Amino acid sequence: MPSFRELLSSTKERIREVDTAGAEEAIGRGAVVLDVREPDEYEQGALPGAVHIPRGHLESQIENRVLDRDAPIVVHCAGGTRSAFAAETLTQLGYTDVVSMAGGFNKWKDEGRTWSVPRVLSAEQRNRYQRHLLLPEVGAAGQQRLLDAKVLLLGAGGLGSPAALYLAAAGVGTVGIVDMDVVDESNLQRQILHNLDRIGERKVDSAKKTLTAINPDVDVVAHDVRLGADNVLDVFRGYDVIVDGTDNFPTRYLVNDASLKLRIPVVHGSIFRFEGQATVFYPYVGPCYRCLFPQPPPAELAPSCSEAGVLGVLPGIIGSIQAMEAIKLLLDLGETLTGRILTYDAMDESFRTLRSRRDEHCPACSIDPDDLVIAEYDELCMPHPQS
Amino acid sequence: MPVSVRLPTVLRTHAGGLSEVSAEGATIGEVVDDVVRQFPGTANHLKAPDGALHRFVNVYLDDEDVRYLGGLDTPVSDGAEVSIVPAVAGGTG
Repeated sequence: MPSFRELLSSTKERIREVDTAGAEEAIGRGAVVLDVREPDEYEQGALPGAVHIPRGHLESQIENRVLDRDAPIVVHCAGGTRSAFAAETLTQLGYTDVVSMAGGFNKWKDEGRTWSVPRVLSAEQRNRYQRHLLLPEVGAAGQQRLLDAKVLLLGAGGLGSPAALYLAAAGVGTVGIVDMDVVDESNLQRQILHNLDRIGERKVDSAKKTLTAINPDVDVVAHDVRLGADNVLDVFRGYDVIVDGTDNFPTRYLVNDASLKLRIPVVHGSIFRFEGQATVFYPYVGPCYRCLFPQPPPAELAPSCSEAGVLGVLPGIIGSIQAMEAIKLLLDLGETLTGRILTYDAMDESFRTLRSRRDEHCPACSIDPDDLVIAEYDELCMPHPQS
Repeated sequence: MPVSVRLPTVLRTHAGGLSEVSAEGATIGEVVDDVVRQFPGTANHLKAPDGALHRFVNVYLDDEDVRYLGGLDTPVSDGAEVSIVPAVAGGTG
């Protein structure tokens, strides 16, 4: 039976070790840094960008965190012992290019190489967001990004309700809500942020109560204003993503032009009776709202939901898609609906995606954003470029 | 050559409640005209007085916006799917 020392030295014979300088060089060339220390050690200081998997969880978690078996990996612990055993385990799991950093984090730090105190989730957050942390595409770093993110919801109504609920539950750190209405009983058929006790209350206050009850991590910022040319830029500034659930064309065009000026992506959702549309307007990357629909329809051809009715579940579906797109934008995940329109028809339960393109002659996004004038729009909603 | 045309909700009241209709035509323009011929109530929603498509209605041949193909002159082949998608503002209400 080998002693610990014998086991360590025979393990080291079977793995590759590098010194801290060699490790730094490999990391500079793009190697994955894998930190196998315990959470309390990691929290006090770590290499920038390190993937942290405590040694005890290595076998069960590595496949989800480092997908490429041929990726170069520099594994380290505090002194180089645990990382030697970890390197052997990784090799047994089929990782082909693994080195253990001799001397570990302690030597790295003593030599004055770059490290920092990582921002870590609290125990409560690790528990709350556990299902996110299990997703390699999100993980602790992605969750931290969500906690740092600011999303502005235009409307705490049919679309804004499900979007706000899911964004708050997901841990988006700041959820701004623009709405100047009060809760009415006829809202409750679809606006699931509100309830009977809130009738007559400002929607922004009702939304804040609901969202903070779900997740106290979320800072809900109430904008009890009507969006207009005089305030739209001030309200939008500082947000990462805008979720547009407004209910009239002049505001849609105002939102479009302001988002272009500030270069903030807009997740668009709109609904009518049994049908909905969703897309992403990513300024100067994909088409803008004016590329898609250069003009609004006259009022007589476009009755609003309050005139035409809407099945209550419909905004639940479209608003949830908007929340999904917002999170994908925040985490830079997958393919968003930039350049595509998703249409949903509840009657035949079908989704379609149609392509949308930037219009090179678009009166809004083909001109210098500095020349785009934010103005109140009449029923024609035409832009007002400076001449 | 019949093609299927998907109608948005706002046009269905003018087309007997149908979500999809069959129309004849060798080009998008002819297909749209045939829809209007069959269902005259759709005319205002689709075409401006000058005969052009309204700028608040997009017509797609399969998944492509005909504005970026040949507009109303875009040829339509048998079995194609044409979709009409209008601007819709509803959200909060």
